Amino acid sequence: METLEPLLAAHPFFKNLEESFLKLITGCASNVRFEAGEFIGREGANADHFYLIRHGQVSLQVASPSRGAMVVQTIGEGEILGWSWLVPPYRWTLDVQAITLTRAIALDGKCIRAKCEENHDLGYELLKRFTQIMVQRLEATRIQLLDIYGTHA
Amino acid sequence: MAPTLDEQMHISGSAEAMLPRAYAIRRVKRETADTFTMEFEPVDGASELTFAAGQFNMLYVFGVGEVPISISGNPANPQTLVHTTRVVGTVTKALGELKRGDRVGIRGAYGRGWPVAAATGNDVVIVAGGIGLAPLRPVMYEMLAAREKFGKVVLLYGTRTPADILFRKELEEWRARFDLEVFITVDRGSPDWRGNVGVVTTLIPKAPFDPTNTLAMICGPEVMMRFTINALQKRGVPAEAIYVSMERNMKCAIGFCGHCQYGGAFICKDGPVFSYAQIQELFGKSEI
Repeated sequence: METLEPLLAAHPFFKNLEESFLKLITGCASNVRFEAGEFIGREGANADHFYLIRHGQVSLQVASPSRGAMVVQTIGEGEILGWSWLVPPYRWTLDVQAITLTRAIALDGKCIRAKCEENHDLGYELLKRFTQIMVQRLEATRIQLLDIYGTHA
Repeated sequence: MAPTLDEQMHISGSAEAMLPRAYAIRRVKRETADTFTMEFEPVDGASELTFAAGQFNMLYVFGVGEVPISISGNPANPQTLVHTTRVVGTVTKALGELKRGDRVGIRGAYGRGWPVAAATGNDVVIVAGGIGLAPLRPVMYEMLAAREKFGKVVLLYGTRTPADILFRKELEEWRARFDLEVFITVDRGSPDWRGNVGVVTTLIPKAPFDPTNTLAMICGPEVMMRFTINALQKRGVPAEAIYVSMERNMKCAIGFCGHCQYGGAFICKDGPVFSYAQIQELFGKSEI
C-alpha cells in the first residue's frame, strides 16, 4: 500500500529530514479534507493535530466581542497550520476555518509527541522547524501591529 | 518635439529645471478613500514629458506649494501624464480638491528609475506596499509590453484593508493573465474578503520565482521594505538584485538644496531607486 511518506518528503517543511525520522512521522499522518466554511480548530479546544496544507486556504480568526470574527492571517498550499499541539496545554489559541475546500495531511500531535519523547533527536529536529514557523508568525504579527500603511507611516 | 530622456537629464541639471510648466487636469479618478489618480495634459505650449518608470515629478498647486509625486502612468504614452496621490498633507489635500480643467505646475521628470532593462532575461519580483504600487505600475506596463523578454513576472501587493486596494480593475485584469503571477494580501480582512490576510512578506516564501535569477523591485514604507528584503535574502536573492525606492522630502528635486540627502547621495538625483547593495550600510538607520 502506498504511504504518505512521499508526500511528506516532498513538503518544504520536511525538506532534508532524515529518512528514519520521516518514517516515524508518517506513522502519525493521515489524509484529511475540510469543506469550505468548516472549522478545523476552535479557540480553547484541544489541539490534537497540525496540518500540512496541500490544497485550499484556511483563515486564522480571533473572536472580538464588538467586531465579531477577525481574520488575522490566511494560510494556504504548502504551509503548516498549527503549533499548539507542541506547547502545553495543547489548545488552539485561535479559531481556524477553511475558506475553500481544503485538503491536508493531518499529523497526530499526541502520537508525534510520544515519538519525540522516545527519540529526542527527532524532537529537537521538529522543534527547530516549528520554532522557525512560530518566529515567522510572530514577526508577521508585529509588522501587522505597526499598521505600516497607515498615514502615520 | 518632446525632449528625450537624455535631454531631460541635462535640463534637470540647469536652472530651467526649477520652472514648472502648466498642465491641465484632464481626468480625476478616486481610487480609495484617501488616494486619487489624476491625468494631466500640457497647456500653454508645454511639450509632453517623457519619463522612465520610477521617476517622479514636482507637482505645484498654485498658492499652496510643491510636492514630489511618482509617475504612475505608462512611459510609452507620455502624452498623458498620470499621477496617483495619497492625501497626507496640505499640498496633497489641495491637489485632491482640484477638478477637471484646473491647472497645476509640473516640473520633471526627475531621478533614476527602475532597472527594467537590466531585468531582461530574469524572473522579476515586484513587491508593493500600499501606495507603493503607484511607482511600480509603469514597470508593469513596460514589462507587459515586452513580456517575452522576461522570465516569470510576479507581483506581490500588500495593503491595509480590501478597501485600500489600488488600481483594483487593473489588478484583476493582470491576475487573469496566464503570464503573470499576482498575489494580493491585506493586513486586515473584512467579512466579505476571501483573499489572503497577512503582511506582504508572508507571500515571498511561496512566490514562484528562481531566486538565483531574479531581479526584485520593492516600493512601500521603509519598514515594509526592510522586512521584504530580509525575506527575499532568506530565499537567496542577492543584495545586488534587489532594488528599492526611497522616499525623502524632496524640495528642489535636482540635488541642490540637500533636503533629501541620504549619506553621500541625494534621493532626488541619485535615487529614488537604489540597488540594495548600494545603500545597505545606510538602510534602516533611523538617524540617516
